Amino acid sequence: MSFPSILFVRPEKYVNDQELDPPDFFTDLNLDQVIAAVTADRDEYNLKPFFYRPLNNADEIEYRHEVMRDLEGEILLERVKLFSEKMRAMREYLAQADALHHKYQGEAWFLDAIEVYCDAINCLADDLSREAPKSRGFKALQKYLDDYIRSAGFTSRLEETKKIKADLAAARYCVLIKGHTFKVRKYESEDDYSVEVEQTFEKFKQGDVKDYKLKFPWWPEMNHIEVNILESVAKLYPDIFSNLDKFCAENRNFVDEAIAVYDREIQFYFAFLDHMAMLTQAGLKFCYPCVTNDSKEVYDYDGYDLALAHRLIREGSSIVCNDFHLKDEERIIVVTGPNQGGKTTFARTFAQLHYLAALGCPVPGRESQLFLFDRLFTHFEREEDASMMRGKLQDDLIRVHDILNMATSNSIIIMNEIFTSTTLQDAIVLSRKVMEKITEFDSLCVWVTFIHELAFFSPQTVSMMSVVVPENPAVRTFKILRKPADGLSFAMSIAEKYQLTYKSIKERIQL
Amino acid sequence: MKAFLMHKDRDFDFERELPPNEQALAQDLALSTLFESMALGDRFMIEIAKKAVLSSLSNPDSIAYRQNILKDCLKNPSIIKEIYDLAEESIEKRQKQWWATRYPSSIMFSAREALKMFVGQLKRLRTVAVEHADKFDSEGFARFFSMLISELDDKYFDRIEEYLKEMKFPKGVLMSAQLGKGNKAENFVLHKARETKQSWADRVFRKKPPVYSFHLSARDEIGAKALSDLLDRGLNLVANALAQSTDHILSFFQMLRTELAFYVGCINLNEQLIEKKKAWCFPVPAAAGQRKSSFHGLYDVSLALTATQKVVGNDVNADQKNLVIITGANQGGKSTFLRSVGQAQLMMQAGMFVPAKSFSSEVCNGVFTHYRREEDANMKSGKLDEELARMSGIVANLTQNSMLLFNESFSATYEKEGSEIARQITMALVDMGIRVFFVTHLYDFAHDLYEKKMGNAIFLRAERKVDGTRTFRLMEGEPLQTSYGEDLYYNILTSLNRTPT
Repeated sequence: MSFPSILFVRPEKYVNDQELDPPDFFTDLNLDQVIAAVTADRDEYNLKPFFYRPLNNADEIEYRHEVMRDLEGEILLERVKLFSEKMRAMREYLAQADALHHKYQGEAWFLDAIEVYCDAINCLADDLSREAPKSRGFKALQKYLDDYIRSAGFTSRLEETKKIKADLAAARYCVLIKGHTFKVRKYESEDDYSVEVEQTFEKFKQGDVKDYKLKFPWWPEMNHIEVNILESVAKLYPDIFSNLDKFCAENRNFVDEAIAVYDREIQFYFAFLDHMAMLTQAGLKFCYPCVTNDSKEVYDYDGYDLALAHRLIREGSSIVCNDFHLKDEERIIVVTGPNQGGKTTFARTFAQLHYLAALGCPVPGRESQLFLFDRLFTHFEREEDASMMRGKLQDDLIRVHDILNMATSNSIIIMNEIFTSTTLQDAIVLSRKVMEKITEFDSLCVWVTFIHELAFFSPQTVSMMSVVVPENPAVRTFKILRKPADGLSFAMSIAEKYQLTYKSIKERIQL
Repeated sequence: MKAFLMHKDRDFDFERELPPNEQALAQDLALSTLFESMALGDRFMIEIAKKAVLSSLSNPDSIAYRQNILKDCLKNPSIIKEIYDLAEESIEKRQKQWWATRYPSSIMFSAREALKMFVGQLKRLRTVAVEHADKFDSEGFARFFSMLISELDDKYFDRIEEYLKEMKFPKGVLMSAQLGKGNKAENFVLHKARETKQSWADRVFRKKPPVYSFHLSARDEIGAKALSDLLDRGLNLVANALAQSTDHILSFFQMLRTELAFYVGCINLNEQLIEKKKAWCFPVPAAAGQRKSSFHGLYDVSLALTATQKVVGNDVNADQKNLVIITGANQGGKSTFLRSVGQAQLMMQAGMFVPAKSFSSEVCNGVFTHYRREEDANMKSGKLDEELARMSGIVANLTQNSMLLFNESFSATYEKEGSEIARQITMALVDMGIRVFFVTHLYDFAHDLYEKKMGNAIFLRAERKVDGTRTFRLMEGEPLQTSYGEDLYYNILTSLNRTPT
């Protein structure tokens, strides 16, 4: 009986991933921010390594898409999340059991832990059979759980837990307090005094009155009076407590290894789906990209930078989406245009989309086909590093050289404003040389530059520009469009500002 | 135990929200003078008078229920005031008491003290009931007194006093609990430390169930704290039940005071009218929709309570009508008349007597007023705009059988426009079965309606003698094209007589 993994088709390939470091390009692409936001509040699961490992096989990506699609069913998502909440409760109970000094106290918490664990598993198995997920991942889980709950150990453990808990709850006892003395004995069906008082004054009842009941603070520990009483109760009901001792000793390691692993791995999906939900609520779109390395035709419509979108939503600002489409022999997007116009964001978006796609996640946009890359390289301008004892241009060249050394025809390269610390003429010459290489590799590339000439380098290059409002070039639209412009794009950007595009009008008119 | 002196089957709802047009009503019908005269400066009584008068009863039976109680009150004013004072005193005593809320044991102490005090007051209340019950004829008081006599018998008081003793716990505090989360105790319940019911033989031969005893050493301060905490947990429910019981008794006295405050207010008002030799009578309410509205000598009660000069009463028979158009001379008593109609309607539907020699009217679903207002101070809207906005707000609250009093509405524009607006609104309301009283100078409007010869309309006109003096009396009559504003002009030149407006 074995359960492979909800994340991996062949988990054995990834067993050493726990200590993985983020890829080099993470900060350049602001993916560190994205993943920090995605995994926030889930530190206990150590999810980041999962996000540091892009997949390089279309079937593995499809495996995750299937699970994600299952989780789009709200009921299933809610139920599967509930399971994880129960597992978390179980861990808290176990920690509490360890922390308490008194044996009978720890044992009570231990029982709670077993109970919530068994309940979590029973419910999940029920939910899966009712919701009938289609993914290979959940189907395998379902099979595993069905076998597990039918095992003798599982059923008898649950029954015994329930019995002991019921026995404990029924062990009612009396305490008589007089001065500094108190006595403990069994309860003998005495009447509830408060009921009697209420009955006597019933006739005055006039509707709702203040609640005078004190809410006593609660904490798990006991003082020595409580310990005296608990130990007396144990003596009053010796059978119950000896059963309790025996049962706890026999069931020390009740958590199934594979289920614990599942509980961690499923968090990968929760984390990403929760993050997605926050963005889709703000009107942004996600889609399942078609991920392939058969074709280098790539496109994405209404894409955006996840890190920026997250920040803008929190600030309450609106987000501008952009499209790209490379087809036939097109490989290199050269982005030019005024500063602060969204060029770098566009380049990041292109890379983020590919990276997320390789994680098997949905990507920003409404329709998307992306390339399954072998490696992703970025070259963003860095602070000058005094300790490196070399100039900035030299540093640029070394880094570019490294990239060109490692890149293959299946790599993606992002160049962001390189060769800025030299003359324009030098920059043009150097850039042309690099671009020749990249063209030769046939790699996909986004190149942000102020050198217009690069935009017309070869049939492989596509020129895109950040767009300004024609009447007032100081106003940025954050739109990146294919140029040379067809004359309509400027008009469109004005229309957009007044929310008069075809789409905006449709949205405004919809009720 | 409920006083039920305002309604046959429920408490007077002091918390109930007043109708949204409460302010307009008070202002347009000069109700504050009425309330003040009832309350004689008592703030609490003003509030009650306001609530009672403005939240109208809607059927003749419930009006009769109050009328009968009020008749008893007017017959026995000193007994009513005695019960009122007793209720007030009980509330004050309770409020002066120190009340602990921190620990159940101290809550219990406070509740015991309060209970002791209340027992004394309840005994006094019962004595009043026993002594005077036979002087009252109304259904409400008969029920109230017999309830006091039967519910609060000596046996009951004995039982409470026994509790007061027991709750000092001379035999110790006995509680039970069970094991809860983490095997900590929960669900504490207090029990009477009862006498053992075992027979002699049982006690000797039966095996005694085990009991484990502990005694704290004198130095164990933490233990003492823990034990008193445990004690509080045990007492929690009973302390709550006892404290809530005293609250219930308190609210009984509060309700008694609230309901009697209305009747004491009526007694006060009645005394003032008698002193001023003004007529008053109990009105005859008719069911909604019966189109009943006739009266003799109806006068403006607020004016009568403050004016030094003679106040004129009006006689009108508007049975089978639901539109009354009032036109005529300026300063002729039209507004005063309109006010008296509204006042009497509200007073009748509160179960009060009314300022008239006789008065009969169908009950209505809410009285509304639409008066010309001062120019809007914050310039937000033009005057007609403001009037229409207000009208629209009123319409949103109208139901069939509502009553609507217009005073010179829609005249903040050309006569023709104003008339058309007034006509459309009025006709719509009347056709919807709403009772409309309309004081107007819009000749076009009034004349047009007159010409229609509607069977359900009556036209009143403020009387003016040929020499221009006003009688402040309204007579049936066709609307005239002049309101004799000129008279006023001369009047002001010749004398500065104060006249009602």
